[in-house]
Amino acid sequence: MLRKASSFPEEMLEHVLSFITSDKDRNAVSLVCKSWYEIERWCRKRIFVGNCYAVRPEMVIRRFPELRSVELKGKPHFADFDLVPDGWGGCVYPWIAALATAYPLLEEIKLKRMVVSDESLEVIAKSFKNFKVLVLSSCEGFSTDGLAAVAANCRNLRGLDLRESEVDDPSGQWLSRFPDSFTSLASLNISCLGAEVSFSALERLVGRCPDLKTLRLNHAVPLDKLANLLRGAPQLVELGTGAYSAELQPDVFSNLAGAFSGCKELRSLSGFWNVFPGYLPAVYPVCSGLTSLNLRDANIQGADLIKLVSQCRSLQRLWVLDYIEDIGLEELAACCKDLTELRVFPSDPYGAEPNVSLTERGLVSVSEGCPKLQSVLYFCRQMTNAALVTIAKNSPRMTCFRLCIIEPRAPDYQTLQPLDLGFGAIVENCKDLRRLSLSGLLTDRVFEYIGTYAKKLEMLSVAFAGDSDLGLHHVLSGCEKLCKLEIRDCPFGDNALLANAAKLETMRSLWMSSCSVSFRACKLLGQKMPRLNVEVIDERGPPDLRPENCPVEKLYIYRTIAGPRFDMPGFVWTMNGDSV
Amino acid sequence: MEVVKETKMGFEETELRLGLPGNSGGGEGEMARKRGFSETVDLKLNLSSKESGADPNNLEKINSLQREKNLLATDPAKPPAKAQVVGWPPVRSFRKNMLAVQKSSTDQEGEKLPGGNATFVKGKMFSSFTIGNCGSHGLKDFLNESKLVDLLNGTDYVPTYEDKDGDWMLVGDVPWDMFAESCKRLRIMKGKEATGLAPRAMEKCKNRSYK
Repeated sequence: MLRKASSFPEEMLEHVLSFITSDKDRNAVSLVCKSWYEIERWCRKRIFVGNCYAVRPEMVIRRFPELRSVELKGKPHFADFDLVPDGWGGCVYPWIAALATAYPLLEEIKLKRMVVSDESLEVIAKSFKNFKVLVLSSCEGFSTDGLAAVAANCRNLRGLDLRESEVDDPSGQWLSRFPDSFTSLASLNISCLGAEVSFSALERLVGRCPDLKTLRLNHAVPLDKLANLLRGAPQLVELGTGAYSAELQPDVFSNLAGAFSGCKELRSLSGFWNVFPGYLPAVYPVCSGLTSLNLRDANIQGADLIKLVSQCRSLQRLWVLDYIEDIGLEELAACCKDLTELRVFPSDPYGAEPNVSLTERGLVSVSEGCPKLQSVLYFCRQMTNAALVTIAKNSPRMTCFRLCIIEPRAPDYQTLQPLDLGFGAIVENCKDLRRLSLSGLLTDRVFEYIGTYAKKLEMLSVAFAGDSDLGLHHVLSGCEKLCKLEIRDCPFGDNALLANAAKLETMRSLWMSSCSVSFRACKLLGQKMPRLNVEVIDERGPPDLRPENCPVEKLYIYRTIAGPRFDMPGFVWTMNGDSV
Repeated sequence: MEVVKETKMGFEETELRLGLPGNSGGGEGEMARKRGFSETVDLKLNLSSKESGADPNNLEKINSLQREKNLLATDPAKPPAKAQVVGWPPVRSFRKNMLAVQKSSTDQEGEKLPGGNATFVKGKMFSSFTIGNCGSHGLKDFLNESKLVDLLNGTDYVPTYEDKDGDWMLVGDVPWDMFAESCKRLRIMKGKEATGLAPRAMEKCKNRSYK
């Protein structure tokens, strides 16, 4: 029996849609027909805006009247390393002000790389009666005063996560602003805070929140007090320790070991600043259950490190410094067969000589021993095509591969050839690759491989690579799913960009700095493509004071339905239409 | 599509320059603070003066100075810009600030070196104390010249070491050879804790005969 789409009961569709939460699926549903668009928009509860300048808050509010959760991203990724000058933008206040009026029932706000003022936090604290989750990832611009407002006013808060944010931190007293009647906290991440928080307030808070599952402390919480916290929260699933050093005293040790033993649900550990290795055995009781271990801040080395890691047989995710060395990675490969994500960070990124014995061999070992490996971030000082080919063959399921060879343009150290073939093997074999970061000596060839094979690639990061515009052209014309492209110090210029202008509307953004794109080309692009914001960032002064064929310092292009932005600082120029 | 010659020229320009094609060089100081590429962590070196204060463990600073010297002295065929390429390697400046603060808030740093072997110590650590020469006089002079001051807290720190007898001594008070043979581990102590250590040095020198 056939039914016309229009007679399908709305309630039925709404009910079905309540099971569809992925943004992509929701977006697809909304394109089926006008009535589905209407039904879908009225029942959408969560929205993700990957670029806060791609749309204006009023547009979001008009389309989705019933949101409960908003996630926004601001600055481009390269801002993490200060390639985006201060004052560039990404201020969240206009969004917060608009959301406060439109959504009194809003429960979640998640922000990444945005500038968040104390005023914004105060508005959040006072506007949403049922506010539950605040995540500020790599944000800046606020102090603990703003946090105090959130603590004091958000009676139903479940999560406060400040991961990687820069917080102005004059006092640790803000934590005491959580009222004694407040017991709903499930997740607290204050690992980025510089100053001490009031320990007694912390202890009482932890003790009275039975749902607390995630607790990431900052380095100022001393080790001898950690046991107290753990005993107050044996239900913890994720823990970030504070500083992990103290005078080795038997009673402190046994107290700590006992406290860890009591945390039967612990699956994730992080923290470990300033490790005193004598205390490491205190965590051994929980190692076998750990699925995630983050030692990126831990100065553990040698046998201590290997011993710790090799006990974590259930590990799925490991973040570690290159103190692990090849030998430690071999051990990891032998012990941790469920490993899906590995990140190895440099302990001495600016050193002229290697300070540790970590080479391509370590990564090869892991690819050989860990069949589920999907995500890699690896800093090292040497690489070969042969190693990359081996890794590619061993890890066909790789979805994220980020390799950083510390020396720019470093060739295959054995053959002195470019690493085109190695990365080519990666993109050819890893058919589900979504994210790729390149390094080492690379010619246009590697981009040809990427354009040919990397059909699912969504994000590509390129530095000091390529010979000509052909390289950029291969990527823009070949990578069908490309969403974000960030490039620095490559000889890519006007031709590839202008020839692939239409492609840019299918992507979230393109960043190019220290390349060869002329001011003239930027203007042309801005004029021809009204649905792109073409922004030139140039701290040398107005680009029209220099010859038109002079390359711009930095270029940030993103698709938008909001038109040019109004909050550009003096060193950012928009190339859109009349304003040029 | 054709590859225009101008593009090649553009490439050469970008390859040779630290800054940007057409850059007057004025942006360099500004840019020197900036970084970029994949995400990661940077635990140690902070070459910019802004954050360099809060570090009672001066090893970091000295390591950095020594590294700078090394870089300048290396093979001229290497790009001299190595230490100063803007934003490379891609490490998060956020982490540098974190480390600076964390170093200042820890009270004492007991550094048990792997293996506890004095020879290892000399090779790895003391070469970075001296800027240039690694003579024993150089080491002693440097350390005695100035106490290491934690600029955030204002407390001063002195490097001390535990020798074979289990005594804690001030680094620099005994001759280098004696030090190298007897040092078991290092510790950076607050100035006030280190009072009373100096007199033992004289005793040690008298009682032992070292080559």
